[in-house]
Amino acid sequence: MTAAAIPADNAGPVANSRSLVEQSLRRRYAAEARFKAYGIAAIVIGLSFLVIVFASIIQRGYTSFVQSEFRLDVTLDKDVIDPSGKGEESDLLIADYPLLIQDALIKALKLDPKSRVDSRLAGELLSSNADTTVRNYVLANRGEIGKTVPFWVLAHGNVDSVVKGAFDRSVPEARRKLNDKQLGWIDQAVASGALAKRFNTGLFTFGASSQPESAGIGVALIGSLFMMLTVMLLAVPIGVAAALYLEEFAPRNRITDIIEVNINNLAAVPSIVFGILGLAVFINFMGLPRSASIVGGLVLALMTLPTIIIATRAAIAAVPPSIREAALGVGASKMQSITHHVLPLAVPGILTGTIIGLAKALGETAPLLMIGMVAFVVEYPTTPLEPATALPVQIYMWATAAERGFVERTSGATLILLAFLACMNILAVILRRRFERRW
Amino acid sequence: MDMSMQNIHTKPATTGAPVAHGKNIAPKVVARDANVYYGEKHAIKNVGIEIADKSVTAFIGPSGCGKSTFLRCLNRMNDTIPGCRVTGSITIDDKDIYDKSLDVVLLRARVGMVFQKPNPFPKSIYENVAYGPRIHGLTRNKAELDAVVEASLRRAGLWEEVNSRLQESGTALSGGQQQRLCIARAIAVSPEIILMDEPCSALDPIATAKIEELIDELSQNFCIIIVTHSMQQAARVSKRTAFFHLGVLVEEGDTNQIFTNPSDPKTQAYITGRFG
Repeated sequence: MTAAAIPADNAGPVANSRSLVEQSLRRRYAAEARFKAYGIAAIVIGLSFLVIVFASIIQRGYTSFVQSEFRLDVTLDKDVIDPSGKGEESDLLIADYPLLIQDALIKALKLDPKSRVDSRLAGELLSSNADTTVRNYVLANRGEIGKTVPFWVLAHGNVDSVVKGAFDRSVPEARRKLNDKQLGWIDQAVASGALAKRFNTGLFTFGASSQPESAGIGVALIGSLFMMLTVMLLAVPIGVAAALYLEEFAPRNRITDIIEVNINNLAAVPSIVFGILGLAVFINFMGLPRSASIVGGLVLALMTLPTIIIATRAAIAAVPPSIREAALGVGASKMQSITHHVLPLAVPGILTGTIIGLAKALGETAPLLMIGMVAFVVEYPTTPLEPATALPVQIYMWATAAERGFVERTSGATLILLAFLACMNILAVILRRRFERRW
Repeated sequence: MDMSMQNIHTKPATTGAPVAHGKNIAPKVVARDANVYYGEKHAIKNVGIEIADKSVTAFIGPSGCGKSTFLRCLNRMNDTIPGCRVTGSITIDDKDIYDKSLDVVLLRARVGMVFQKPNPFPKSIYENVAYGPRIHGLTRNKAELDAVVEASLRRAGLWEEVNSRLQESGTALSGGQQQRLCIARAIAVSPEIILMDEPCSALDPIATAKIEELIDELSQNFCIIIVTHSMQQAARVSKRTAFFHLGVLVEEGDTNQIFTNPSDPKTQAYITGRFG
């Protein structure tokens, strides 16, 4: 380009180009503004849906964190609990605690102990699991037999509904689960403080139950914990090792191409397919027990592997090649350049991918249905080989139950699951920050 | 590599291969009929050159002429590129570096490299320099390692600027300081040869001047081979210059002679700026 190529009068090849540019500028700025508006609208819509979801879950679920309990002075009658006087455990276990609690309730409600109808109606206000508290207390404190001890015992789920204001009193008495007399007693007990809402520790500790007031996510939490441990111990090392090999060592040829395509496809396979695989391989072929959290963990590990491999490969590929060259240039071996430089730099990305994979596994339900984790498990599993449920499966099971108590528990357990996921994501952010700051 | 053992004692096929520069001292690096292929592409064609120890040799030539490729053959950095193949012989101290018995990690400890873009590790300044000695086990304790780090930084002319902040990240330094840190890192493992692949192309003139000064000093102890786009730089720092064009070593000789009286018309055309 020489000076001769520019016209001397400084006018461009197009006459009045300036006004043309001004016009087109207006169009371009308008397009930009429109695009911004679309973006903001999309975000607002997304956020508002999120708010609606959270609001509805919280509104339906927050009541599950409190539970109605009766405060009763239970007389631990020696004749009922330990008639033989030997204090044998078998006697203490089968003693008629419900009778003692019922007597205490009748006393608290100032009813006539001789009226059998009233006794029966009063008994209906108590949870069928109310005796557990008393029995455990007696077993732990045998010296207290014969004394009168104050207890908080679980009220029946219907009573809980009344206390939480979710019971429709306008329904004709004959079609109600509680009659007018019982409702009167409940009001009286609430007024006197003998019936109150207390923090629902049972929600976190109980196992499965047909009564909503004594159903909890304890077993599901243990099951989910076992499964997450299995996934972490299996999927993370295998996934990172596979990604490292594929990214750093594997020769580029048809076989590795096929492997790569398959891993990417595996990430898109519906999770139920992994459940079928788990059922066929781990349970039918390998003979692992049904409903066991180890099988769930294995299935979820398989499901999480592609996510971890893909995330790790991306993180490794994002490490600039100049760092590899620098390490090789001073005489580091390939393995040293990877372990000293590439892997540490890839850790934030690997962590993010891993935690996203784990979070996905934690919320997974479909494959667990296939391997029989939709089970009614009351007892805590002590090993991963014992039957257990998982948090999302527990939510699914409660969602199919009709009682009011289960409806609020469905939302309550969802909140707990969401809280776990939020914690995991926060952990991912914290770990990422910390590792990034080191360099 | 099949050809590695032949042709060692024959004259190089290309022009201007010197015999008597450096007063009868055996050349440090000798290449004979070196060819490099990237898959089908023939990147380096029958290059023969002798490079003297304790001096600066510059490779010049237009982009894509193969000078960097040839440089990267000398510490076998090209091994990392899939599909790259080297034939012919390249020897350092009469040992073929493409021989199967040669350990490439050991080779790279002997032949240090400084890259075009400063690439310090995202670690502290101290760790950057200490990394090489540490992985090779060159020092027995912290005190020795400290001494090596200080000596390397001093020789790279960086000690005065960074001695108070050795624990700060190497990536926080300025571009010129980063490049000198990379040089310190390279000399910390006491290499015999230092390869520099356009070490100043990302730097401003002041930083460039510092690096050039440093190259001059280092040439008293190391065999330095520098690839550069700047002919002024080649003229300033190098004792001998090799001109590459389209994968062929066109001409090699004393820098003065190359720039004042080139024997090949292509060299003449390039150094006068008619192409490139």
